[in-house]
Amino acid sequence: MSATAIEVSQLRKSYGPVQAVRGIDVAIDAGETVALLGPNGAGKSTTIDMILGLAEPDGGTVSVFGGTPSAAVDSGAVGAMLQTGALIRDLTVGELVAMVASLYPAPLAVAEALELTGLSEIAAQRTQKLSGGQTQRVRFAVALVSDARLLVLDEPTVAMDVEGRRSFWTTMRELAARGKTILFATHYLEEADAYADRAVLMAHGRVVADGPPTEIRAMVGTRTIRATLPGADLDALAGLPGVSGVERRGEAVVLSCADSDAAIRALLVAYPDARDLEIAAAGLEEAFLQLTADAPPDAAPGTEPAAAAAFGGGGR
Amino acid sequence: MDGEGDSDTPDGEGEVPDSEDDCDTSDGQGPTGAAMSAFAYTRFELLRTLRNRRFFILSLGFPLVLFFLIAGPQRNNHNLAGTGIYAPLYYMVGMVSFGTMSGMLSSGARISAERAVGWNRQLRISPLSTRAYLRAKVLTAYMMALLTILVLYASGAALGVSLPAGEWLHMTVLILICLIPFAALGIAVGHTLTPDSIGPAVGGGVALLAFLGGTWFPIPSHGFLHDVGQILPSYWLVQAGHVALGGHAWPAEAWIVIAVWTAVFAVLARYAYRHDTGRV
Repeated sequence: MSATAIEVSQLRKSYGPVQAVRGIDVAIDAGETVALLGPNGAGKSTTIDMILGLAEPDGGTVSVFGGTPSAAVDSGAVGAMLQTGALIRDLTVGELVAMVASLYPAPLAVAEALELTGLSEIAAQRTQKLSGGQTQRVRFAVALVSDARLLVLDEPTVAMDVEGRRSFWTTMRELAARGKTILFATHYLEEADAYADRAVLMAHGRVVADGPPTEIRAMVGTRTIRATLPGADLDALAGLPGVSGVERRGEAVVLSCADSDAAIRALLVAYPDARDLEIAAAGLEEAFLQLTADAPPDAAPGTEPAAAAAFGGGGR
Repeated sequence: MDGEGDSDTPDGEGEVPDSEDDCDTSDGQGPTGAAMSAFAYTRFELLRTLRNRRFFILSLGFPLVLFFLIAGPQRNNHNLAGTGIYAPLYYMVGMVSFGTMSGMLSSGARISAERAVGWNRQLRISPLSTRAYLRAKVLTAYMMALLTILVLYASGAALGVSLPAGEWLHMTVLILICLIPFAALGIAVGHTLTPDSIGPAVGGGVALLAFLGGTWFPIPSHGFLHDVGQILPSYWLVQAGHVALGGHAWPAEAWIVIAVWTAVFAVLARYAYRHDTGRV
């Protein structure tokens, strides 16, 4: 199956003066597992709301399985786990999942959904008596009991503990293997890296990169080198092998490196007086800033950062 | 299960959307998937309401306590304020109007609470149709109203109210009809107000409507209060009881007032529901 599951074109959405989504284009094939990656406020949830028909775009189009989002939702083709949300009270876990199952044309068996999410043992508990982690698992069960072709999950692991996360991703792998199309939002690069075929990186309401997670990872620089180097020429530093970005912080410089080994050797040759050297894994937040530094938040569409050009059309 | 077949077709979308309409007209026509789901959703909603003991007891308890406090001391008054109506009967009917109005609008409070936790958005990304959703909410509200009515009838009977079976039935049917606009109003406020504002809104609104509708004392037969009362659904809700007691006839005006308020509140409810997709 190579049909298109989701096609988003020139999508825009503002909330008052805040431009949450500024003209994005993304196409996701049926059967793909795609991570929508980005820091808080990047526009991930707004994009997901529009894909689910919960928000109306100001401009551009969204199509899901070739139709409108609401047509896809009405046909039962979409199961989703929203970012925020608690459960309604006065039902047991099993009843709540059964209630949602009853809304879909061809749901999973309730017992199977509970089994997949590790809820079988607390199926008889009332929803108002669950822990945060259990609640999150019930919300996951609610999304997957639909047995929908498309699963959309907005930061699904945020409230989960380590064990919860692991079993969550095990289940997701199984669902992907069954041919589901999966779109999940996350701000963990590791999750995108480990579980997605492809990552769409968003920042400031734009897609700044779109490609296999490994490429995104290489692009955002796996390491940073920090060195005290007064009066260094930033342009010269940026030209060193393995260096993808340079930033001055007082007396120090911070080099974002695609290849930190090459960079550190070159740095010490070119600047023998560099001291207080530190090499660290780049935080994703920093990497995002790095990637989006040349795309000021109010830049007009069309002046996309170089990164987008590099990956433009990737994964389509 | 005909659902099995759907999942095998590569493009199963065509079949299900129409079923929203099917299930509205075919409640007795057999177990189509959508009709089953509409029923299942309603069933779970009713179950949730019955299980919410605090809501349940308070909803039924308040009208009951008020009734005994007001009607109890007047149980020997057979000519209330010169109307010729037996006092406990008058207050029973008044309390039914108060209790059922509250019950209908409290369903709005439950909707508001569901929205606040984000559940409403979860429902919107399921195939549950708007109609099936609204029907479940209306039926749940009606279940509470019916229970309120039965409890108050029983209490009235305990104080000495006695009516022919036909009149109990006549009164009940008219009351249930007069509650339609309140069902729509409950949904409208539920999808508009937040849980912290809906309490005062519903409490104040019901008190005002009950006051102007003649729940607490007979509305004068002319004057300002009379004129205002004539155009309120709560007035006719109270009259629904009185008509059956051999009071005034049930005029065309009553049907018009109820129909107009139903239309107004239904439009508001629809608008509120449609525009309520955001994160609360």
